[in-house]
Amino acid sequence: MNKREFLKDAILFFPAAATLQALAPAAEGKAEPATTPTDYDATRHWYGMGIDVDKCIGCNRCVEACKAENNVPDEPFYFRTWIERYQIHENGETRVECISTRAGLPEQAPPEDPSVVRTFFVPKLCNQCAHPPCVQVCPVGATFQTQDGVVLVDEKRCIGCRYCIQACPYGARYLNPRTKTADKCTFCYHRITEGLLPACVEVCPTEARIFGDLKGKADRLVRFHRVNQISVLKPDLNTEPKVLYAQLDGEVR
Amino acid sequence: MGFIYPNKSTWAILIVVYPYLTGIVAGAFILASLVKVFNVVEVQPIYRLALLTALSFMLVAGMPLQLHLGHPERAYEIFFTPQPTSAMAMFGFVYLWYLLGILLIEIWFEYRQQLVLMARQSRGLLKGIYSALSLFSKDLSPEALAFDHKASKLITIIGIPSAFLLHGYVGFIFGSVKANPWWGSVLMPIVFLMSAIVSGIAMVMFLYILLSLVRNEKLDMRCLDKIGLFLLVAIIVDFVLEALDYIHRLYQSEESIGILTQLVSSKLFLSLVVVQLLLGMLLPLVVLVLVRSVRFNEELRKLLYFTTSLLILLGIFSMRWNVVIGGQLYSKSLRGLMAYKMEITGIESLLTALALLALPFIILAVLYRLLPPRWMESHSPTGIDRPTGVLT
Repeated sequence: MNKREFLKDAILFFPAAATLQALAPAAEGKAEPATTPTDYDATRHWYGMGIDVDKCIGCNRCVEACKAENNVPDEPFYFRTWIERYQIHENGETRVECISTRAGLPEQAPPEDPSVVRTFFVPKLCNQCAHPPCVQVCPVGATFQTQDGVVLVDEKRCIGCRYCIQACPYGARYLNPRTKTADKCTFCYHRITEGLLPACVEVCPTEARIFGDLKGKADRLVRFHRVNQISVLKPDLNTEPKVLYAQLDGEVR
Repeated sequence: MGFIYPNKSTWAILIVVYPYLTGIVAGAFILASLVKVFNVVEVQPIYRLALLTALSFMLVAGMPLQLHLGHPERAYEIFFTPQPTSAMAMFGFVYLWYLLGILLIEIWFEYRQQLVLMARQSRGLLKGIYSALSLFSKDLSPEALAFDHKASKLITIIGIPSAFLLHGYVGFIFGSVKANPWWGSVLMPIVFLMSAIVSGIAMVMFLYILLSLVRNEKLDMRCLDKIGLFLLVAIIVDFVLEALDYIHRLYQSEESIGILTQLVSSKLFLSLVVVQLLLGMLLPLVVLVLVRSVRFNEELRKLLYFTTSLLILLGIFSMRWNVVIGGQLYSKSLRGLMAYKMEITGIESLLTALALLALPFIILAVLYRLLPPRWMESHSPTGIDRPTGVLT
């Protein structure tokens, strides 16, 4: 390499390195950290989650992390996120089971069954719909969509009428027995606005969950959206979910 | 046992009671309006009874909702910070409008003359009560009475669409839920409305016969037969609408049809097919047709009407149950059925529901004493126009 070539490469290398470094956090799936809450601009984000069905191993760590992080009641009928196991049989029959309901028990694989041709896990959570039916029906405006696209419940305002629970097509809501108000996944709003990942994403050992910002230019979720064939749950209801599934089987509702 | 989403779903017995009570209000009012607006002279004897019935049930109709809230102390938020896109947010306004804007004013105009007279003829505390109820009005001049009639007719005219609104809207609360295919139907408001009319007419018929038995008053059979006719027509329309709903669902055979068929043939078989359809609809239909085509004697007719009205009231309660509870007996995964275990004691329990169902009758008993519908017939001094016999 002569002097001229070296200089030419150096001129290209330094700006390129700086650009890559600047893009790295976004590529990691991390939102830009806000140093103080005041300089967080919600209008600049539009959060979503990608779920790579093929990567989920059904370990339930996300479920446990979610329950711990968000103080979700232990009982097996309160979940902000849960895992379903699908077994497709030779004759086309599909068996589904929620494998998060036996909290505390050792996980057991189902006995080997030669008639099962395919099996997979599907993590479920609030779809943070862009067009949320739960928000539409809340009589007092206690459940609302933030500017960055997250559907939240104000537990100081919710009257506990449960209309939103009925209106959610995905069964993502429950009445919290402690607060007597509607409760659901918040994408760990307290974490993401600080630049952290939702608890379930943080602990997933296979990176089956990808959290990101659909407004981010080089965001992991945007890339996930681009390179995978994406499905959403119950698209016919026109709720426009922002939880995007890759390699999703048609059996999943 | 198929797959169900893990989160519990949570509308219980009180939400069954709510549309049941509201429906009776709307139905009783519409029956009463036949007298005022459509000049159906035969039904005159039950006009006041129908109004008092509507009021008694209206006063209780909001209670099951209030009691089922997780935070009943925040219920006022529905009035102060209503969300315009929410069907439920309108409840408070529709309810208040109907109670204060229609029912109370209508009853007041209807009873004003009687209240003034009662205040004149009673003493002590009772005098005070009646004066207060008449809002201390004393004017019994022919012009004032004519104004009463006019006002009450006008309010009835506004009242009919309001009654339609009241119960059609309750149907919309369920019919607009697209997440639940058992509920989400464009026919739901109109089915609710027709079943409301059926239940309201049946309730007034039941009360009319019951009161005549308890108080040993003579029944006006022409009136009863006429109510029977309206009941028959309302049941036929209700039946056609519900049948249309089911035929439409079966024929369109959408994604949910599998689980809904399973639901109707197992968990809802008794309450839907047996109680709602056979006992609560088809049997009364046959009886009412028979009553009109065969010349039964009065006693038998009375007995048949009485039994029919009870069956219908049971059937409509079943219908509310099948909608509210039925809609929660299958998972929105459309893969599995669920169970509903009714609590016996506690706030959202069978006992509360029974108490709320009994309360309107207690209120009605009080109102019936306080505002005797037939008082004018025996107490009206000569020279004063009797409103009960007058049709405007």
